[in-house]
Amino acid sequence: MSSETSGSNGYKVIGTRPIRHDGVDKVIGRAVYGQDVSLPGMLHGAILRSPHAHATIKSIDTSEAEAHPGVKAIITARDLPALADQLSDLGENVVNLRDVSTNILAAGKALYHGHAIAAVAATTLNAAQEAVQKIKVEYEVQQPVLSVQDALAPDAPLLNPENKTKSLGEDTEEPSNIASYYQHKKGDIDKGFEDADVIFEREFDTATVHQGYIEPHNVVAQWNADESVIIWCSTQGSFTVQSQVADLLNMPVSRVRVIPTEIGGGFGGKVQVYIKPVAAVLSKHTGRPVRMVMDRHEVFQATGPAPGSNIKIKLGATNDGKLVAAYAYLAYEAGGFAGSVVGAAGTCVFACYDIPNVQIDGYDILCNKPKTSAYRAPGATNATFCTEAVIDEICEKLEIDPLEFRKRNGAKEGVSRADGPTYDRIGYIETLEAALAHEHYSAPLGDAPEGKARGRGVASGFWMNFAGQSAVNINVNGDGTVTLVEGSTDIGGTRASIAMQAAEVLHLEAEEVRPLVVDTEAIGFTEVTGGSRTTFATGLAAIEAAKDTLNKMKERAAKMLEVEADDIEYSNKVFSCKSNPEKKHTFQEVAEKTGQTGGPVVGSATTSPPSHGPAMATHIADVELDLETGKVDVIRYTAVQDVGKAIHPSYVEGQLQGGAAQGIGWALSEEYVYDDEGHLLNSSFLDYRMMTSLDLPMIDTVLVEVPAADHPYGVRGVGEVPIVPPPAAVANALYRAAGVRMEKLPMSPKNVLEAMGKI
Amino acid sequence: MSKKIHVQTTINGEEIDFLCEPRNSLLEVLRDNLKLTGSKEGCNNGNCGACNVIMDGRLVNACCVLGVEAEGADITTIEGIAEPDCLHPVQQCFLEDAALQCGVCTPGFIVSAKALLDSNPDPSEYDIRYWFAGNLCRCTGYDKIVRAVQHAAERKRETADV
Repeated sequence: MSSETSGSNGYKVIGTRPIRHDGVDKVIGRAVYGQDVSLPGMLHGAILRSPHAHATIKSIDTSEAEAHPGVKAIITARDLPALADQLSDLGENVVNLRDVSTNILAAGKALYHGHAIAAVAATTLNAAQEAVQKIKVEYEVQQPVLSVQDALAPDAPLLNPENKTKSLGEDTEEPSNIASYYQHKKGDIDKGFEDADVIFEREFDTATVHQGYIEPHNVVAQWNADESVIIWCSTQGSFTVQSQVADLLNMPVSRVRVIPTEIGGGFGGKVQVYIKPVAAVLSKHTGRPVRMVMDRHEVFQATGPAPGSNIKIKLGATNDGKLVAAYAYLAYEAGGFAGSVVGAAGTCVFACYDIPNVQIDGYDILCNKPKTSAYRAPGATNATFCTEAVIDEICEKLEIDPLEFRKRNGAKEGVSRADGPTYDRIGYIETLEAALAHEHYSAPLGDAPEGKARGRGVASGFWMNFAGQSAVNINVNGDGTVTLVEGSTDIGGTRASIAMQAAEVLHLEAEEVRPLVVDTEAIGFTEVTGGSRTTFATGLAAIEAAKDTLNKMKERAAKMLEVEADDIEYSNKVFSCKSNPEKKHTFQEVAEKTGQTGGPVVGSATTSPPSHGPAMATHIADVELDLETGKVDVIRYTAVQDVGKAIHPSYVEGQLQGGAAQGIGWALSEEYVYDDEGHLLNSSFLDYRMMTSLDLPMIDTVLVEVPAADHPYGVRGVGEVPIVPPPAAVANALYRAAGVRMEKLPMSPKNVLEAMGKI
Repeated sequence: MSKKIHVQTTINGEEIDFLCEPRNSLLEVLRDNLKLTGSKEGCNNGNCGACNVIMDGRLVNACCVLGVEAEGADITTIEGIAEPDCLHPVQQCFLEDAALQCGVCTPGFIVSAKALLDSNPDPSEYDIRYWFAGNLCRCTGYDKIVRAVQHAAERKRETADV
């Protein structure tokens, strides 16, 4: 078996593995994704993008393009409303709406290669693309800033002369490429390092990477004569699209209806809007629906990515293996606009450990790359790679087993992080114990073939998990099934995991709860499918809606049985009288008769939970290094994680496996490659190397179940943390294989050979 | 706009004709002209496999074939993999083994897997991983996909033995 579960299961539906409700449509090609939406009279949009990484836009001449056959409209930033600075919380990161506006169509300056300059709508895609080539733009090219180190150089060109660092929450006066600076402190860092017997301080650089979802961004927008707009699109959150489009186009949210389609992956990258407001404006200008679909180059050039970073970690421990002091310098690329995920990085960088003295300095830094966005446990992977590598060095120096060392220092209930929160019950120590007990950890590495070397490494990771608002309605159908209406778009099986929680409450089979993801006019506000929140928070709403439904059904059963509702009990789909168990009706019988007992039964609930138990993971990686070429292969991999309670274990395993695979790609081969002028050189799936099936082994999973206190079934979000440990686990394994500590991601053949001193 | 070409072809067992510009890919024809949107566009340059179709017995990326090249061809798309009354074993095993998450790469993987099993009824794990090197999945880490194909192969062999 690829996996095992631990923990008892007193449940009927939870913990089982039904076929997902939306599965059949997805294996026969019938499921409708954003790119599949087509409307009568629809126009096609295309975007002109900047060929320069950093340039002032002197003029834009669209006259020749407008005359191109089939062209119906051309827009630039001038066609968007002028917006004041206004912060908007997208769920996984906070953005300034004025920046989002300037990001979707550049105003004044192009800030990265691929920055949108103008958009065309035409009768065919070919015509739109041809017209784009006829738009004439005069640029004054400037020197690009391509790394945090470049951005911080004393003579660095300024991306935005109006940008002044927000330092510790206060505005400052000096123009800078530093968008913001924060600090977390706990204990006395100087005293902590004085008390340490061993101190390691290391500096790391990690490359810019992309979420790499297979489905490009897409939209069909239809502007209506009543000044409303309908938007079909794939998105992680229909309501976040609604609010962003409304804010960017200066219209009330009620005039924007977002109809979410199936979504082909997101990983944090399909929260922020890019082409959706542009298509809406093109539709407004033409009176016709407009479809826009990015090509893969556009996706790489102008969406995502996850930030590259420059990180310094200093850790101090006593000879008996206790961490006493930790310092982190976190400098993250924001891209062309402020707002990297460095805040979350500061939360996660030392979150696995109970360390008395901590200081964390975080910097959000502008550079001429696409505006960075969330990517699965945003910010955590870069920082954790560095922390976990330094921990490995301490373990080696002190000759303590790396998992035992982590157990000795691992965070548990009652421990406070440097950024403030104190842990409720968490299962980090349990993941370490499960990893120690796993056959993989003690298995022989096996002999490496000639010219190769093998090693094994471990690493841990943390993600805090978000809660957020959700709404669920449950309609009872006449045949005794129910329809569960939700607003959480389903990226990886949440229809099933949410429906199963309602089924558990209602004593129905998973298949008897039919989940339906609906648009923004058909359900209450629901936040993004992100932050690992959906199975937890929308699940909570489903549980409460199911309870509401059940209470109403009890009243109907009481009416049919002519008893008081509090005389009714419910078990195994049967409502019966406590006072006379012979008097009973099945759920289906009560459902059939709702027309005679008061009309349809609809249960509903909304939630905004105050907290969500965090997720912690420990991974074991075996690697094989080709000593001549520097290529590293992962030959065995085990992901252990505290999942709280696995609702549908197969899809929980899938999250662990998929996250690990992305993390291994981040470790070994993924990076944005730029030339000196800031041109992105590898904006295709051929050149941006994600893991293929041939690059990976089977990925074993161990689901440790330490129930979270804030969910009745103990659910913890599981999706994000599995991407966090892999780069460090692979780096630590590579050290065992080659004796070289990698301080750079990716650990590509070139970087490995350089670190080994071979080139 | 170039003059459109008339093409006669067979798709999922049905004779079909369509008009397309010489530069339009088979994927554009399938999706836009024929509304067979099960084949997905992930990259439009042959890197991701989301648009895999079987053309005259060969697995191809529809984005790398011109629509006009379909003249006289016999093409199977994701819409033609299942029988009217039952799923193909690969489809059934993808469901049972939870071998999809977002599902956008799934049509390509299923068409690709069918082509594999048509030529190799008993593939090893390595055979499957090698065959799928042209199909990108960003969600699953491939583990459950490989297992689903192994299970589908077993099931197909069992059915064939009966």
